[in-house]
Formats: sequence, structure tokens, C-alpha cells
Amino acid sequence: MSPEPKPILNVAKLVKRFGGFYALDGLSFHVASGEILGLVGPNGSGKTTAINVISGLYAPDGGEVTLDDASIGGVASHRLVHRGVNRTFQIPKPFLSLTVRENIQVALTYGRAEVTPPTMGELLEEYRLAEVANRPAADLNSAQQKMLDLTRALATRPRLLLLDELAAGLNPAELDWIAGRIQALAATGMAIIVVEHLMGFIEHITDRVIVLNAGKEIFEGKLAAAVKEPQVIEVFLGGEHAA
Amino acid sequence: MPPDTIALLDAKGIDAGYGTMQVLWGVDLDVRPGETVLLLGANGAGKTTFLKSLVGLIEARHGSIKLGGDDVTRMRSSDRMRLGMTYMSELAVFPDLSIEENIRVGAQALGHADPGARVEELYRLFPVLRDKRRNPASSLSGGQRKMLGIAKALAAEPRLLVMDEPSAGLSPLFVKEVIRILSELRGRGLALLIAEQNIGFLEVATRVFVLEGGRIRFSGTVAEMSGNEALHRAYFGLK
Repeated sequence: MSPEPKPILNVAKLVKRFGGFYALDGLSFHVASGEILGLVGPNGSGKTTAINVISGLYAPDGGEVTLDDASIGGVASHRLVHRGVNRTFQIPKPFLSLTVRENIQVALTYGRAEVTPPTMGELLEEYRLAEVANRPAADLNSAQQKMLDLTRALATRPRLLLLDELAAGLNPAELDWIAGRIQALAATGMAIIVVEHLMGFIEHITDRVIVLNAGKEIFEGKLAAAVKEPQVIEVFLGGEHAA
Repeated sequence: MPPDTIALLDAKGIDAGYGTMQVLWGVDLDVRPGETVLLLGANGAGKTTFLKSLVGLIEARHGSIKLGGDDVTRMRSSDRMRLGMTYMSELAVFPDLSIEENIRVGAQALGHADPGARVEELYRLFPVLRDKRRNPASSLSGGQRKMLGIAKALAAEPRLLVMDEPSAGLSPLFVKEVIRILSELRGRGLALLIAEQNIGFLEVATRVFVLEGGRIRFSGTVAEMSGNEALHRAYFGLK
């Protein structure tokens, strides 16, 4: 077995509070280049908060976030984009009055300067947006909005990509297709964190999962092992062990 | 439809779209009292557009929509709600209002001075909302916000609840919980029209409609849908 690659991202004892509520309560995990890590758990367990802290939307209240050994906790999102961190949102917020092409162009212009950008044509074709390239983003359906959100993130040339429920609302054929795209991105060396509730999808694409509950990790390992853990079943999956 | 079963919802020949783009072409769909109907289709097939035209968020260009025998085709959305048809969407939650205020807004269609008993009933169905009743809706996670959307739609005590992807963004445990809640509501006579991708909802469905390219490609019972291998594979994958 080859030695485990060095993590690109390390999260150690991360804390995020909202008033007296601990959304993250000492969360720790890592992800390596080329790895697809699943972040799963009940609604409200802190998955999106974790992505928001790592991507610079929120400053942490404790703990460490390091990217290639440099601390990035509290660094603003727009600066992190230039360091190779970008993400998608559960509810995408494109520039609604700009066309799809213009939205992507903004991201291409803003991305990491030292990396050759993908071409507009590649992004439009690969993510099935060519037909709507000249339409305002406001005209897109929900799946197209998600693909535009993804292409905008990819246009900035990330090394670490955070996907927040990209697959929610897609049907089986669409899920197979986007799973293939995500795996192809990881094969280029990109580290990818996937927040998702669709267990079949998570099982198909991830190398490892972290299961969160109440802002803490309660399991780390393969999903196949997670689904046998009584605590994971009780708080997340439901079933005969659930209360 | 058997002659002795009058449709609660009867949509006929619906055309709808946005600007110059026509999305729906002559869509027929009916829901009988107490029935659960699943609406399936790929993204872009027109599911959300159809649901919005039913509840009055966009106007049908052609065709007619009847609710309990009343023609509601040109009726405002709020009037359709008073006649017993509500729409569940997580986007219909007011982020700055508290969870309880959101539910009370939903209950306004009841016309009761104090919908407290209804609110308590909904907290029994959604305990997580009771725990956070005084918090702003913006403090909820995406999945919890979706549950608030369901509770808010139920607060008006609808005869027909129209739902757009209720399971998207919900954990497996909560999906099971939502299916359990919907089964309970169905047992009390609530009719449901649900646009969904999650195969678990077949458990509660009686009939299925499939939209493709803005037209109905299939309508039939769950058994007929399951017997159609190509359709089953396309919309629910292989078991």
C-alpha cells in the first residue's frame, strides 16, 4: 500500500459559535490532494458551517484551519480563492442579470493567476451549459444554476473544492454524470470535500467520510463501515436502531 | 378516472412558460381526494413550472385548473390557498421572522384569531422546530428550513399540499421522518402532489405522472410505473 499522501487541508479542533450555540465544537479532519472526502450528518450538524469557515465566509472562534501548513482561519473568501480554495452553495447566487457566459468570465478573470485557466468553451460544454450560454442566469432551472455555480468555482482554478449539496435534486442519470465529473476533477489532483445526503452517491464517489453530529465528528472511515455504527444509524440514517 | 371519484384537482391542457420560452405543452394532471401523486421528470422537464402554475405563482397561458370543482385558473395564489391548496417551498420561508412567526403566517389562511392549537400540532410533528421556536428562520440549517417550509404549508390545513422536492437536502433519517409524517397526513385525508426524485416516496404514492420536455409522457399507478423497466431505471435507478 502506498503511503498516505500529505494533507492539503488540516482542520484541528475547530469551533464556531453563534451566540451560545456551538455549530462546530472541536471538529478535526484532513483531506489530501486527489482525495474526495464526504462530509455527512444530520441536518443542522455543522456541515455547511464547516464549509463556510474553511472557505472564509465565517471566521472561526477557536481551533486551526491550515492549507499546506499555512494558517487560513479567518482569511477572507476572496483571498482564499487566490490561494486555491473555492466552493459551491446549496442555493447558488449567480449575478442574475449577467449571462451564463459573463458569470463564468468574471470567475475566469478573478482566478489564480499562476495556473492556466480552462477555456470558456470547455467549461460550457463539460457542464452542459452551452445551450444556455447567452441567457441571463436568472433564466436557468435549479440544476443549471448548480452547474453554473460549479463552473464559476472551477474557473478560478481551485486546489481545494468544497461542494455543498451539489447533487440534491438531481435524478439518477444526472447523478451518474456529475459523479463522473467530480471523479475526473479529483484525478487531476484536486482535493474535494462533498457535503451530501444521498448515500448512494456518497458511497460511489468518496474515498472516506466524516460523519458529524452536533458540530463534532462521530465517525471517520469508509461509508460502508459508517452505516453499521449504531450512533450513526441513530442520529443520521434512521432504521431499526433509531429512537 | 372512475365516474364516482370527483377530482380534487383537475388541470387540463396547461401551457405555461417565461417570456418567449414555452415550458409546458398541454399538460393534464388530476389528484383525487386523499390521494398522493408523484410528479417525476428530469431537471428542466417543467415540474417546478407546472407546480407554480397550479398554485398561481405563474399564470397558465392556456388550459384550466379546477380545485374542488371551482375554476381557479385566473385566481390569485392567496385565494387558491384559502380554497385549500398550499405550496411547500423552502424559499417561501421568511428568514427574519422566528420559526413560530413563520408558522403563524402560514396559518393566517385559517382565519382563526389564535391558531395556537394548530401550531402545537405542528410542533408535535416537527419537534426540532419546537426546540428553536423563538430563533429566526435564518438560523436554521438548509434541511431544517425545508421542514419549516413543510410545517408552514401545513399550518393552513390544506386539502391539497403541493410540494417541490421535499427530500432534497434532507438527511436519510429526516427523509424517513418526512415520509412517515406524510403517510400520517394522508391517513387523515390530505391529498398530496409531490415533485420528487427520491424512490422512498413511492411508498406513499398512489399514482405517478412523468413529465418530459414539458409534456406528460406517462401516467399510471405505482405498479404500472414499476412494471415499466425503462421508466423505472430513468427516474429511480436500479434497485
